[in-house]
Amino acid sequence: MKSIEFKSSINVRKVREDFPILSRKINNHPLIYFDNAATSQTPQQVIDVISDYYSLYNANIHRGVHKLSQEATDKYEASRKKIQNHFNAKHPHEVIFTSGATHSINIVAHGFTEILKKGEIILVSAMEHHSNIVPWQMLCEKTGAVLKVIPMNNEGELNMAKFETLLKLNPKLVFVNHISNALGTINPIEKIIEKSHEVGAAVLIDGAQACPHIKSDFQKLDVDFYVTSAHKMCGPTGVGILYAKEKWLNKLPPFQGGGEMISEVTFDKTSYAELPHKFEAGTPNICGGIAFGAAIDYLNEIGFDNITSYENELLQYATEKLLKIDGLRIYGPSKNKTSVISFNIDGIHAYDLGSIIDKLGIAIRTGQHCAQPIMDFYGVSGTARVSFSFYNTKEEIDHLIVAINKAVLMLK
Amino acid sequence: MIPIKIDYDLYFCIMNIKDIQHQIIEEFSMFDNWMERYEYMIELGKSLPIIDKKHKTEDNIIKGCQSKVWMHADCNNNKIKFTADSEAIITKGIIAILIRVFSNQSPSEIINSNTNFIDKIGLKDHLSPTRANGLQSMVKQIKLYAIAYQTKQQI
Repeated sequence: MKSIEFKSSINVRKVREDFPILSRKINNHPLIYFDNAATSQTPQQVIDVISDYYSLYNANIHRGVHKLSQEATDKYEASRKKIQNHFNAKHPHEVIFTSGATHSINIVAHGFTEILKKGEIILVSAMEHHSNIVPWQMLCEKTGAVLKVIPMNNEGELNMAKFETLLKLNPKLVFVNHISNALGTINPIEKIIEKSHEVGAAVLIDGAQACPHIKSDFQKLDVDFYVTSAHKMCGPTGVGILYAKEKWLNKLPPFQGGGEMISEVTFDKTSYAELPHKFEAGTPNICGGIAFGAAIDYLNEIGFDNITSYENELLQYATEKLLKIDGLRIYGPSKNKTSVISFNIDGIHAYDLGSIIDKLGIAIRTGQHCAQPIMDFYGVSGTARVSFSFYNTKEEIDHLIVAINKAVLMLK
Repeated sequence: MIPIKIDYDLYFCIMNIKDIQHQIIEEFSMFDNWMERYEYMIELGKSLPIIDKKHKTEDNIIKGCQSKVWMHADCNNNKIKFTADSEAIITKGIIAILIRVFSNQSPSEIINSNTNFIDKIGLKDHLSPTRANGLQSMVKQIKLYAIAYQTKQQI
């Protein structure tokens, strides 16, 4: 694909060469992948690490005395350290490997069943993914705690005045996503964490949508829990992390029982292993954990400042072009957002639009984006969502606009 | 393009499920590409007889479809008449095809029919698994109605 001049320092033509999938054809058209908020594509550098693992040193970790097991363990633990450094966590054992953000949230929700008491308040934002709503509803059912919602406005931003009023109820826990998956809004988590701590509430941030775009500093944020998934960050599926402050990890009970998470087992009593193993029962996704580290290396090599500025250029370019389409409405047009655009066109169902432009090789997401409360807020049954990554181009956006116009002609 | 204004009642009375399926396969075989196929489905969607508003209830929504689908059935003189609607026009096109095949047929004929024609007209190939789930849910619902009416007749 021919490249045009960009202000940012990403050489997109060169970057695209790292992603074998981007040279695929879909329905005889070059693939245009605009579903990055669902999952990102994987560069050759990460694919090589996955392939090397199975070709060279596949072994179970933390157990064997043999060479392969030691190599695999070293790489797995080195990856944990890499993740610790990337997010500036205080200790490597504050980084718990999980199967992904949803698993991480469930560990915390499960842990709080023994801490929360009946009638205590927990706060959740109105723009959460179902994975950051359902575990807390289950927690409330078990404990008798009460879930209250921080409302949002038309721009897709949280109502901070209302949030501060809710804090007067002395909540024990607050959960907010760093960036909304359906709208792309960047939430003011620094302020949310600070204000929540003032009333003694712990804060969990769902960073699944943020981590591909923003490099967070956990110590600076002073966040209690932060969760994310590797597959949104050019890594493989089925692996992610739960970050939690050491004091919380010591306080919370383990989520699953099994091998690896114990220090001593008799039929009378089992004592739990040290952190992080207390929360890592069973053989983990070893290859995935190692590849997660490689993905973080890859993103850092490109540079998060470059990623942010380039993706912002794509966002502005696409927003301007999309708004020229007759009857197109963008949901959550906050000024503070990442490269996600949720929209509908008058008289056209998102499903029809998505089906037709798929035929033209363009992958977008349609539906509720696992965020039904947001759809209810805007009174729509679903939206079309395009989400860009640093390997997308302005030419691809031009193709999208042509494809949408073609679909509109067919559908109206 | 094939004329698509069809007198549904007359049409259904004289043809059985197999004949209708065969006719649809012949119609779709005339299309050279996906665009013609989709344009035809969109036209079929637009021609779908409208479902009575009172039947567009929560209970009549078919689960498993990405766009909302309502389906209602009535049985008179051993013939089931289906009406349906959807928010999405391509889905409506799919429904129109299913109604053309299964409406005004007897419960036993519907129960004993198969849906191999869906593969033959390339609909399953051309709709992704999540969307095909919706298609399967619609077929399942049609069959469930047929089983329910047949059971009712036997009581």
